[in-house]
Amino acid sequence: MRYSLASVLLNAVSGQSRWSPAWRSPEPAAHYDVVIVGGGGHGLATAHYLAKHHNVGRIAVLEKGYVGSGNVGRNTTIIRSNYLLPGNTAFYELSLKLWEGLEQDINFNAMVSQRGVLNLCHTDGQRDAYVRRGNAMRLNGVDAELLDADQVRAFVPFFNFDNARFPIKGGLLQKRGGTVRHDAVAWGYARAADRRGVDIIQHCEVTGLRIDKGVVTGVETTKGFIGAGKVALAGAGHSSRLAAMAGMRLPIESHVLQAFVSEALKPMIDTVVTFGAGHFYVSQSDKGGLVFGGDIDGYNSYAQRGNLPVVEDVMESAMALWPALGRVRLLRSWGGVMDMSMDGSPIIDKMPVDNLYLNAGWCYGGFKATPGSGFCFAHLIATDQPHAVADRLRLDRFAHGALIDEKGVGAQPNLH
Amino acid sequence: MRLPCPYCGERDSREFTYRGDATLTRPAVESEMADYVYQRDNPLGWHKEYWLHTVCRTWLAVERDTRTHALGPVSIARCERVGS
Ligand SMILES: Cc1cc2nc3c(=O)[nH]c(=O)nc-3n(C[C@H](O)[C@H](O)[C@H](O)COP(=O)(O)OP(=O)(O)OC[C@H]3O[C@@H](n4cnc5c(N)ncnc54)[C@H](O)[C@@H]3O)c2cc1C
Ligand SMILES: [Zn+2]
Repeated sequence: MRYSLASVLLNAVSGQSRWSPAWRSPEPAAHYDVVIVGGGGHGLATAHYLAKHHNVGRIAVLEKGYVGSGNVGRNTTIIRSNYLLPGNTAFYELSLKLWEGLEQDINFNAMVSQRGVLNLCHTDGQRDAYVRRGNAMRLNGVDAELLDADQVRAFVPFFNFDNARFPIKGGLLQKRGGTVRHDAVAWGYARAADRRGVDIIQHCEVTGLRIDKGVVTGVETTKGFIGAGKVALAGAGHSSRLAAMAGMRLPIESHVLQAFVSEALKPMIDTVVTFGAGHFYVSQSDKGGLVFGGDIDGYNSYAQRGNLPVVEDVMESAMALWPALGRVRLLRSWGGVMDMSMDGSPIIDKMPVDNLYLNAGWCYGGFKATPGSGFCFAHLIATDQPHAVADRLRLDRFAHGALIDEKGVGAQPNLH
Repeated sequence: MRLPCPYCGERDSREFTYRGDATLTRPAVESEMADYVYQRDNPLGWHKEYWLHTVCRTWLAVERDTRTHALGPVSIARCERVGS
């Protein structure tokens, strides 16, 4: 059923009895034209755009857990396109534009909220870097505003502006940035793809790739062998495991990132803010919880939980910026396994095995990329050509030195 | 997480700096350099990795399970390199 005012009213007068499941739960067919491995945001978005824009035949998404169990349901929901380097700027801007029309496209309320993203700066050097970034964004047609200290104070008056060690000197604001309800993104894309005939198969883990003379022909799964014309990998934190099934290594390490939610509070902050002098960023959900996070734990991990030093570090940073949080109680914390690439930027490319495609390396910032990633990955799978805005996100850029290293820290994933 | 330094005993992980995969060997030929710098096994399970004990400046080679953070053998990286 299409969601609309009419469908709400119809169900209101019929005891909410006319709703149907948001998507089917089919048994896998013996063969699909395209099999997408990983039912996270990227895999589901890819399925939606493949089915909507490209005529590729039958499509399945195979998910080892349930839809939304991976990072798509674990992130802190921030979207933005404030990137500096060619290769990233246009790609993330396409993604932000797709967010702006997403709910109409997939007929699902994802609570896209363009409440702004403000990056605070605390030193002259940091401000110079933000001036440069803001200028790069504006040259690429992306919105960016530099705020001075007084403008920041007017925008978010409740921070500690008297901190002698970390004075707030200003900030870079992207007003079109904001937050999106992450679960709704997974569910909305799943439902939209299903309505276009995509089979979403949950609790179906891919355990091997069948490769015949350099061509992938299907996947071994916990539900048996499934033949495939093309196989597209979108396993996020588990990408290296999937590549290993094709005998390959990737320029990726898996690291855990934690997130935190406080008890529900009255409205305290109506935007997204990142602290520039420590690892802390914060927004507030519509339920009232403060949603915040910091840096990755810093060593290889496939554990979907983090350790205490980062918890302490995040809380200390929070107190430095926003002392009013001192008496707020923490409600929950959790972790997700990040596919940290060696230059901090993602990969959307063909693999050296024919008909095998890779979408990986999203680090801690792949949620905002979900629509753009799905859109460009679908284009690549259907046409065998990279989409124009994603043509630098190549797997071979590491060997050729064409890195996209926003932070300039080199091949150290725990520093990106 | 606590790591055992052979010199200092078991210490909080905050005293250590992570330095990544300890199984890589710098290649002699240029053509293998990109693989050495960028490609990783990234195993689910046991991982041999370097940790620098920032307090006493000793590099350790630690085996750790990336699923549970359980520790296996810990050795002084320098001795291991010389010995091998
Ligand atoms: C705590 C935290 C905070 C974050 N905050 C932000 C943020 O504010 N903004 C932002 O842009 N990004 C953020 N991110 C990053 C973002 O969530 C990820 O980059 C993004 O979700 C990854 O893409 P995905 O949604 O497809 O991943 P996932 O949802 O993890 O999807 C991958 C799926 O593949 C499945 N899978 C893996 N192996 C197999 C297999 N063998 N067979 C079948 N299925 C398999 C997994 O079960 C999983 O469901 C955050 C991440 C975390 C953990
Ligand atoms: Zn020591």
